[in-house]
Amino acid sequence: MKVTLWGTRGSIPSAGPETVRYGGNTACVEVRASDGSLLVLDAGSGIRRLGATLASERRIDLLLSHLHMDHVQGLGFFAPFFRPGAEVHLWGPSSTDQRMRERLARYLSPPLFPVRIRDLPCALSIHGLTEDPFALGPFRVTAKLICHPGGTLGYRIEEGGRVLAYLPDHEPALGVRHFPREPEWTSGYDLARGADVLIHDAQYADGEYADHEGWGHSAMSHTLAMASLCDVRRLVTFHHDPSHSDDFLDALHEDALSCRPPYELVPGREGLTLEV
Amino acid sequence: MAQQAIELILLRQWASYLTVPLLLVDHEGVLLFFNEAAERVLGQRFEDAGDLRAEQLADLFNLQYEDGERLSPVEHPLGIALRERRPAHLRMRMRGLDGSWRLIESTSMPVEAQGSRHLGAFAMFWEVPQP
Repeated sequence: MKVTLWGTRGSIPSAGPETVRYGGNTACVEVRASDGSLLVLDAGSGIRRLGATLASERRIDLLLSHLHMDHVQGLGFFAPFFRPGAEVHLWGPSSTDQRMRERLARYLSPPLFPVRIRDLPCALSIHGLTEDPFALGPFRVTAKLICHPGGTLGYRIEEGGRVLAYLPDHEPALGVRHFPREPEWTSGYDLARGADVLIHDAQYADGEYADHEGWGHSAMSHTLAMASLCDVRRLVTFHHDPSHSDDFLDALHEDALSCRPPYELVPGREGLTLEV
Repeated sequence: MAQQAIELILLRQWASYLTVPLLLVDHEGVLLFFNEAAERVLGQRFEDAGDLRAEQLADLFNLQYEDGERLSPVEHPLGIALRERRPAHLRMRMRGLDGSWRLIESTSMPVEAQGSRHLGAFAMFWEVPQP
């Protein structure tokens, strides 16, 4: 698998001279199988630039972790949506009371957006996911609910014997007095266990967490501990706080590296490509 | 061991902060957790509880109706919540593992999750002050 980060920022796009190196676009990740098959993870503002590279792609499967704005705000600017002949499958968390199409339409309709979902010229299919593993081309995909407000999925994607785990918004330490606790009682463990690459929320410095407990995100030490517990090979930090400058993030990662984690720690930067 | 569903993880974490006694079992009735407040009523620490199933609770704690008639395993609120997937409430007598008899009230709820997943049930209970 080849994985490219098109957006690594959390909460809101944060373009500016202070975020040039880590990037200002919100969550979007491109996953390519060895045969070229494509998965897109989340539709933050980073998806706009990705979409511009997909002019000849016939089928696109887009997996949404959840419907918070920073994960769907790029949908209206995703070029394949506006291309007749493109077949786009949108996958995301089910809801008990409303279909995903209706929930997405709250954003993709006036007055918030000028184009309605039903007017998109592509062939669009929208699927609510259960927790059963399923196949998408060469990929085996497992989605599970994880600890983040409002019904949020994490994904485990397997292809060619390799495993990518994607938990972009995740607070596994919520309510846990001493994190991590045993795997059986740790949100996201089954998804991330033994992953070759874990892309994981690392929104806060440890000192910032106390003021944001329950907001659904992790402090860096929680992220590092989660990766250790799950025995991953590489950890990619993700969902950087919009107020964190490049220099701040450099320092945060230097501190993290000084703990000598038993896996490779990769700061999640927009534009980064990884072989899994 | 596989990870528990997020709904059970959050329920356990929430329970660990409550001062209301709470006991949680999975969909097969296997004990998953009871909190410190429950330890005081049950007369046992969770760490010492070992493998325990909901149907054993009636015998283990000598559950009785208020008039002293024994409760069968299927009659106590947790058993009803688990089996019939509906809430249940009852005032009853129990003998804690510390040997003390207590009058308690218990309300049990099934844990039903998205995708029609029946994950288990929990019982919240409290000791009724006796004159």
